[in-house]
Amino acid sequence: MNVMSNDPYTTADGRRIGGVLMEMKNITLRFGGVVAIKDISFDIREGEIRAIIGPNGAGKSSMLNVMSGFYTPTEGEVWFEGCPRPQMRPYQVARQGIARTFQNIALFQGMSTLDNIMTGRITRMNSNLLNQALWWGKAEAEETVHREAVEKIIDFLEIQHIRKTPVGRLPYGLQKRVELGRALAAEPRILLLDEPMAGMNVEEKEDMCRFILDVNDEFGTTIALIEHDMGVVMDLSDRVVVMDYGKKIGDGTPDEVRSNPEVIDAYLGVSHD
Amino acid sequence: MIAFPPFFGAGSLCLTPGREQCRALHREEILLSQSASAGELCSIPALLARNVREYGNRPAYREKEFGIWQSWTWGEAADEIRAMALGFMALGLERGEHVAVIGRNRPAHYWAMVAVQMCGAVPVPLYQDAVAEEMAYVLDHCGARFVVCGDQEQVDKVIEVQDKIHHIEHVLYNDKRGMRKYDHTHLHWLHDIGAEGRAAHARFEPELDRRTAELTWDHTCVMLYTSGTTGKPKGVVLSNRNILETARASVEFDHLGQDEEVLAYLPMAWVGDFIFSMGQAMYAGFCVNCPESPETMMTDLREIGPTYFFAPPRIFETMLTNVMIRMEDAGDLKHALFKYFMDFAKTTGEEYGMPRYRTKRSRPTLRRRFRWFYRYAMGIGFALETLVENTVRGFFARLRHPLEARKHFRARGPLLNLYPRPLRDYFNYRTGDVLIYGPLKNTLGLSRIRVAYTAGEAIGPEIFEFYRSLGINLKQLYGQTEASVFITQQPDGEVRSDTVGVPSPGVEVKIGENGEVYYRSPGTFVKYYKNPESTADTKDPEGWVATGDAGFFEDVTGHLRIIDRAKDVGKMADGSLFAPKYVENKLKFYPDILEAVVFGAGRETCTAFINIDLTAVGNWAERNNIAYASYQELAAHPRVLETIGAHVAEVNRSVAEDDILSGCQIHRFLVLHKELDADDGEMTRTRKVRRNIIAEKYADLVAALYDGSESVYTETEVTYEDGRKGRIKATLQICDAAVENPKHKRQEAA
Repeated sequence: MNVMSNDPYTTADGRRIGGVLMEMKNITLRFGGVVAIKDISFDIREGEIRAIIGPNGAGKSSMLNVMSGFYTPTEGEVWFEGCPRPQMRPYQVARQGIARTFQNIALFQGMSTLDNIMTGRITRMNSNLLNQALWWGKAEAEETVHREAVEKIIDFLEIQHIRKTPVGRLPYGLQKRVELGRALAAEPRILLLDEPMAGMNVEEKEDMCRFILDVNDEFGTTIALIEHDMGVVMDLSDRVVVMDYGKKIGDGTPDEVRSNPEVIDAYLGVSHD
Repeated sequence: MIAFPPFFGAGSLCLTPGREQCRALHREEILLSQSASAGELCSIPALLARNVREYGNRPAYREKEFGIWQSWTWGEAADEIRAMALGFMALGLERGEHVAVIGRNRPAHYWAMVAVQMCGAVPVPLYQDAVAEEMAYVLDHCGARFVVCGDQEQVDKVIEVQDKIHHIEHVLYNDKRGMRKYDHTHLHWLHDIGAEGRAAHARFEPELDRRTAELTWDHTCVMLYTSGTTGKPKGVVLSNRNILETARASVEFDHLGQDEEVLAYLPMAWVGDFIFSMGQAMYAGFCVNCPESPETMMTDLREIGPTYFFAPPRIFETMLTNVMIRMEDAGDLKHALFKYFMDFAKTTGEEYGMPRYRTKRSRPTLRRRFRWFYRYAMGIGFALETLVENTVRGFFARLRHPLEARKHFRARGPLLNLYPRPLRDYFNYRTGDVLIYGPLKNTLGLSRIRVAYTAGEAIGPEIFEFYRSLGINLKQLYGQTEASVFITQQPDGEVRSDTVGVPSPGVEVKIGENGEVYYRSPGTFVKYYKNPESTADTKDPEGWVATGDAGFFEDVTGHLRIIDRAKDVGKMADGSLFAPKYVENKLKFYPDILEAVVFGAGRETCTAFINIDLTAVGNWAERNNIAYASYQELAAHPRVLETIGAHVAEVNRSVAEDDILSGCQIHRFLVLHKELDADDGEMTRTRKVRRNIIAEKYADLVAALYDGSESVYTETEVTYEDGRKGRIKATLQICDAAVENPKHKRQEAA
């Protein structure tokens, strides 16, 4: 398996990994005097599951925020589909086909599951405010199309039984699933998952893993995820970036990363004598 | 204008043709339809063809998918079934072969079963939640070459057992999800099979038609495996005669017509679902609705509003528990209204609430319309006249004798008690219907129920009464797989919670010397597959089948009453009768208690294991500020034990009233640290307690119940859903229960 060259290849379980879809080139992110990310470069290839790991405060979430356009890097460039991405608002990035979920659930608590996932389609709606307010003309036709897409996602994530339940009443694991559903509703090319399994029990984690693999498999969505559960990361991902104190200390297949001495030091600690 | 409704009511009361008249009408119609097509309809494919001819454009199957009810008419369904049958032929399905069908209730699975029958083969539906080992036994026993699976989960299980069972040749699946990466040399998508069948129709059509036409009364219709309460499951062979005769008799018994709606949500491998969703649906031509997923069953029930419904007591219990929990949270006014009207309905629901049979004529004639109009108009006129007259009279009475009149009117209540008692009750019930019963039934999805059945276990009298008083025609039936369900059932108007009704049409029932119930009917099974010894044990040469249940007929009503499993009925050390189920049922009628297992055969005293109901007890704990982290912790809470102890004491008191069974009072009990579960083999898939296995598995606990110890430490192996095992450790408190002196002893003493 020739992972480090840029040629497309097929993984052992038959998924096709294409060329580079997104590339981070020498990204540095500063907040005043604090350097959150220091000169990091890595790429994400089409169809792969790319994990970003590292201890707390390593700058993983900041990295994800740079990718999703929420932060503009102080230095460096984000390349998407082979050309540098100009400075963009997050919604413009979303329109490009980058969707994300959040570390702390950011759903509309009072709205039903269905409506929450429907909001994921907003970047794809064209009818104007008046039409939508009166639910007339284009809005009506559009809703049918979008509802169909949303129902497919509900079916996919097996959350039919909570379709009309207000999200605030749902247990944590299901809320996370709804959030994944909302991100999927945008039909993204890259899906950014910020700790999708934090605070879940074993069963919920297993479900979530299956859904992430299924999303990647069925829709061919590229996935970048941050996760602390090493077992999950090593099982799921094709390649792993390891960060520590804003620097990249490792990059490669799970096996390579696992045997990297720097990574072991960062995770297990090393005596500084 | 307040006086209107009773007169409406009175009007409609006397307008509706008497029940007898209705039945007569029905019989006529059914006879007509029979004579029109008698003789040929001796298989399900033949009935399907008739339904296409007669109700071609009426919906036959519905399934909720992607949030919408998709529906298929009889014509469309028959088309799909035919394509599937041709596809099976193309794959080489032979006459008389067994085809296993594993999956949740979906139209395609029902179609596959009919398609299999069209090819002259026999469908064998299996329990979809069985683990791979259980499935391996059944698949091996029936020797299926073809397996139809619902989804990836089922396919995985079949592939897993394929190492041991080599006769499986083709696996077909219905849901494509996750199946892309499988080796498809012997794996087919069900819809591809249909498409192949359509493409190859010219080649296989004559052969298929020949095979379908060959089917007679004596061909096997279906083979169903018993849930295996005792030992290995047995394959019950049911012929076309068994299924269709039973379906005909039961359809006529309850006057089911083609406009019924049923919700198919019970396991397809269970004989009840086969009778209701296949036999009766095909015979009467009504629509089968399949829920979106098992979790959405309650929502789907509400959306469909079935008119004919079957549920085990457990479902009714759960619904009632939910209603009660939610009423606890409701406001004072709602709570008061609920309480008032529910109390009122207890005595009147039976009389005023029950649905009436509609006459089957779809369009009333002009003459009948006029008659209705005239009678209603007369009713309204009469009501108005009474109201006006009373107001006028009242007014003058007040003028002349103010004080006496006030006293007089006060005593007569707000409605002046103008009308006789039944009319007032009727009016009150209708008010309750608008305020409480109607909305409640709507919430539960039971608004349109005409006939509902419960069976399998005894149902609590309060639960039964609750649904009956709402005006839901809930009845009990007694049956088993070997009888194609129906042995006895309750006719309308003769419904009670402690009997199981009179013998169904065409069924003969007799009581053996040891009290065991025997029956003989057209629905009696042909044989157990590959098991002549068991067949001979169960069915004697004259066709009488032993049910394994002990019971007796009531003298006056002729209704059958079941006490317990015949082999569970034992003797205690002092020779008195021991009927564990009788006591367990009494315990289970408390919402706090989910399951109970009573021990005591051959012992001095009775003891019990009890499972708490997490929903009910959890809600109670929340209300009383009792914190708990797990089922185990809640089950061991001293206040929970106290409550359960009170329930047990109450049960003991009621058991003591019974002369024969007063020895079965529970002296000591414990609350189990885990729920009894089918995955651990403690229950059958139909959720019946496996007494012997539990006694064996928890031998240490049973010993502790009898050696007088205060508490006991135990470790239990549990099986998770994915088949992995784990262990639970717990120290269980053993409680003593208050015991009553038996009634007859008290009398002797006095």
